[in-house]
Amino acid sequence: MARKVNLRIWRGNSTDGGLQNVTVDANEGEVVLDVIHRVQAEQMNDLAVRWNCKAGKCGSCSMEINGKPRLACMTQMGSFEEDETVTITPLRAFPVIKDLVTDVSFNYKKAMEVPAFEPPVGMKPGEPRMEQIDVERSQEFRKCIECFLCQNTCHVIRDHEENKKSFAGPRFFIRIAELDMHPLDILRNRKKTAQEDHGLGMCNITKCCTEVCPEHIRITDNAIIPMKERVVDEKYDPVRWLGSKIRKREGIL
Amino acid sequence: MSTSLERHKYDVVVVGAGGAGLRAAVEAREAGLRVAIICKSLFGKAHTVMAEGGAAASMGNVNDNDNWMVHFRDTMRGGKFLNHYRMAELHAKESPDRIWELEMWGALFDRTKEGKISQRNFGGHEYPRLAHVGDRTGLELIRTMQQRIVAMQQKDARDHGDAESYIKVFAELTVTDILKENGKVAGVYGYYRETGKDVIFEAPAVVIATGGVGKTFKITSNSWEGTGDGHALALKAGANLKDMEFLQFHPTGMVWPPSVRGILVTESVRGEGGILTNNKGERFMFNYIPDVFKDKYATTAEEADRWYTDQDNNRRPPELLPRDEVARAINSEVKAGRGTEHGGVFLDVSKRLSAEVIKKRLPSMWHQFYELAGVDITKEAMEVGPTCHYVMGGVEVEPDTAAAIGVPGLYAAGEVAGGMHGSNRLGGNSLSDLLVFGRRAGMGAVEYVKNNGANPVSDATIAKAAERIEAPFKRSGGENPYALHQELQEVTHNLVGIIRTKSEIEEAITKIADIRRRASQVTVSGDRTFNPGFHLAFDLDNMLLVAESTAKSALLREESRGGHTRDDFPEMSSKWRQVNHISSFDGTQVNVKAQALPVIPKELFDLFDPHELEKYMTPEEMAKGGSN
Repeated sequence: MARKVNLRIWRGNSTDGGLQNVTVDANEGEVVLDVIHRVQAEQMNDLAVRWNCKAGKCGSCSMEINGKPRLACMTQMGSFEEDETVTITPLRAFPVIKDLVTDVSFNYKKAMEVPAFEPPVGMKPGEPRMEQIDVERSQEFRKCIECFLCQNTCHVIRDHEENKKSFAGPRFFIRIAELDMHPLDILRNRKKTAQEDHGLGMCNITKCCTEVCPEHIRITDNAIIPMKERVVDEKYDPVRWLGSKIRKREGIL
Repeated sequence: MSTSLERHKYDVVVVGAGGAGLRAAVEAREAGLRVAIICKSLFGKAHTVMAEGGAAASMGNVNDNDNWMVHFRDTMRGGKFLNHYRMAELHAKESPDRIWELEMWGALFDRTKEGKISQRNFGGHEYPRLAHVGDRTGLELIRTMQQRIVAMQQKDARDHGDAESYIKVFAELTVTDILKENGKVAGVYGYYRETGKDVIFEAPAVVIATGGVGKTFKITSNSWEGTGDGHALALKAGANLKDMEFLQFHPTGMVWPPSVRGILVTESVRGEGGILTNNKGERFMFNYIPDVFKDKYATTAEEADRWYTDQDNNRRPPELLPRDEVARAINSEVKAGRGTEHGGVFLDVSKRLSAEVIKKRLPSMWHQFYELAGVDITKEAMEVGPTCHYVMGGVEVEPDTAAAIGVPGLYAAGEVAGGMHGSNRLGGNSLSDLLVFGRRAGMGAVEYVKNNGANPVSDATIAKAAERIEAPFKRSGGENPYALHQELQEVTHNLVGIIRTKSEIEEAITKIADIRRRASQVTVSGDRTFNPGFHLAFDLDNMLLVAESTAKSALLREESRGGHTRDDFPEMSSKWRQVNHISSFDGTQVNVKAQALPVIPKELFDLFDPHELEKYMTPEEMAKGGSN
């Protein structure tokens, strides 16, 4: 039942590295993470890879498979051609620590910059009453497993290290949208701060984040665009504003 | 070594960043203490994220007959009365407050029509009791706690100028030793997984909340982190493990394809109306209702079906028996040749619910089967079978404070602690356990730190801990840790798995000792930078101690109860109900002794119908009627 598959795995550290060819068995139904584990157990004991649940629930095994940001645990080996060499590389937007493991601390710093949930003053535990329909909008964003594939694929930071300082990224736009739409959150101006402090305006809605989301969260349509529209309603002439943003960052598209 | 060693000083160090660890950290920080949170993986990835069904709490939002006493009774029944009564009592009483509190921290549970937190049915719970968010409740819980900690850090940044001055998360860090001086906890020692560099945390109080041991077994729903670290660390620090023979095999893990074998299929599938059938199409659970549960479960398919719409006048479907019963039933069906092609049984929800409702209530199940097995659960049945899911055994603790018995300054909460669930945990009681006892461990540690200042670690202690980490690199010619891990998983799976017998357990004990001897000589290739082979060498050591404790406890218990089934002693015995098994470590091996189970007080005894208690207790116990 097992067949031989050829992989090219990026190995190296923060300063140096390259692709290494390896041939390994793959059994029926196996995912990329299974064959990486086999390589690790049999051929490269110290091959660094992050993973936790191997069930698509924790978002640890994010990497690039044939150049596409994917979860290794949810990518079937059967999705490739029989004789195809599968190339496995670390996330490109973050600094490499070793092999397939990158330093994703950028995301935790950004998480710290989003003002926390703030319930109504004086509300006591057990008191909240919310309609299902009202919680569902935020629940969609709370499905996020923090795999950071959206952050990795986003053009604004993927090739533009200098943008990282002022751009929170799609993961945190949905966090802000979640709080903004949260029936109990009382903090005002979340959309405005998304625009002014978290770089929402730098997003040019190419929807790459939505495409890679393993949870199928409609990041662009349900979080980013509604926030942009409302910010715009409040403050800007949309066409002129968007145009100026695009011109300012030539070469990003 | 000591000149370059990274050193930290805290009031409380929490080892483990799942639900229990984070809740303990919140509690200790709120009391004004400085807290370090250590997690083995990235922040927010702990195994809690995988909890699906919900958190049990008798809020009575869906059925107002529910209250803590009903929940307490269900928990004790589920655990076959081996639970520590006080833990079950605290848990039942405090769970609702812990859930409501999460809502004040931003959690968004599914709602009832009145806008309250919705509650769903689950195995062994008399009323709909599980607060939930679709089938991703664990994610909601851990994210809420994670965001709560960020909120506290933001406040500290405003008040003290540094977000991490009072509570800091140390991610991807493995703890290798709990340090003690003068018989008391003094801190922990470990290494950063990313760099391999050593680090010491000095602290008078340590809370371990490291979760479970599933990776000891071949087929498991657990993530890689479930290697029994806290169990082994506590054991080595002089604490006891209680009732390690009790492991929960969740009845419904995926069975096909092989690469997904063991991945959890949430009990909510049955809670929402999923039925189990064998390869003859028979709904077999009706044949497996044990005597102790005879009057609580439906005996016909018609009654079982009616229950979903009228719970007051019908008994529950037997698919919702406690997990140990369902797992054994599935095991028996497969053994009798009535299993599926791949050695499982069928679980079908497609006939009861519309595709739309299934995708809404069980979204991650739909996703998981569609993407990993090519099965559309809105149209077809799933193939499922038992998978190692949870360890009921764990660190012996004082119920009210979560203090580990025998080690001043050490606390344990969540799956790593023992006693709460007796011989079998009810679904949904884990998430609430994390919150209730995480908070209590935090409170316990706070109280301890008030009366016990810093306990400095000596250079000799540090040198010893550093030497242990260095050892695998210094050896040569030893075996590969991956191969030994696989060998251990085969032994536990085949010889101390879901059905056990004396000769096999004895064989397991011999084999585990042999693997442990060889594991002490493993060698590691590569350097210290993010080196999984090196990491596994330490995890392996922990798993071996846990497996030894499990096998030795299993050998002694000559009865079948909950998550311990003996082929050679198939009956449950009221004599054995009075016994806890206590594992300790003498530096060389695990020793297990019997200890009397605490006697249930009269006021809790009186919550039960005596006819029910008679099924579990001896005539002498019944005559006494609980302690006074």
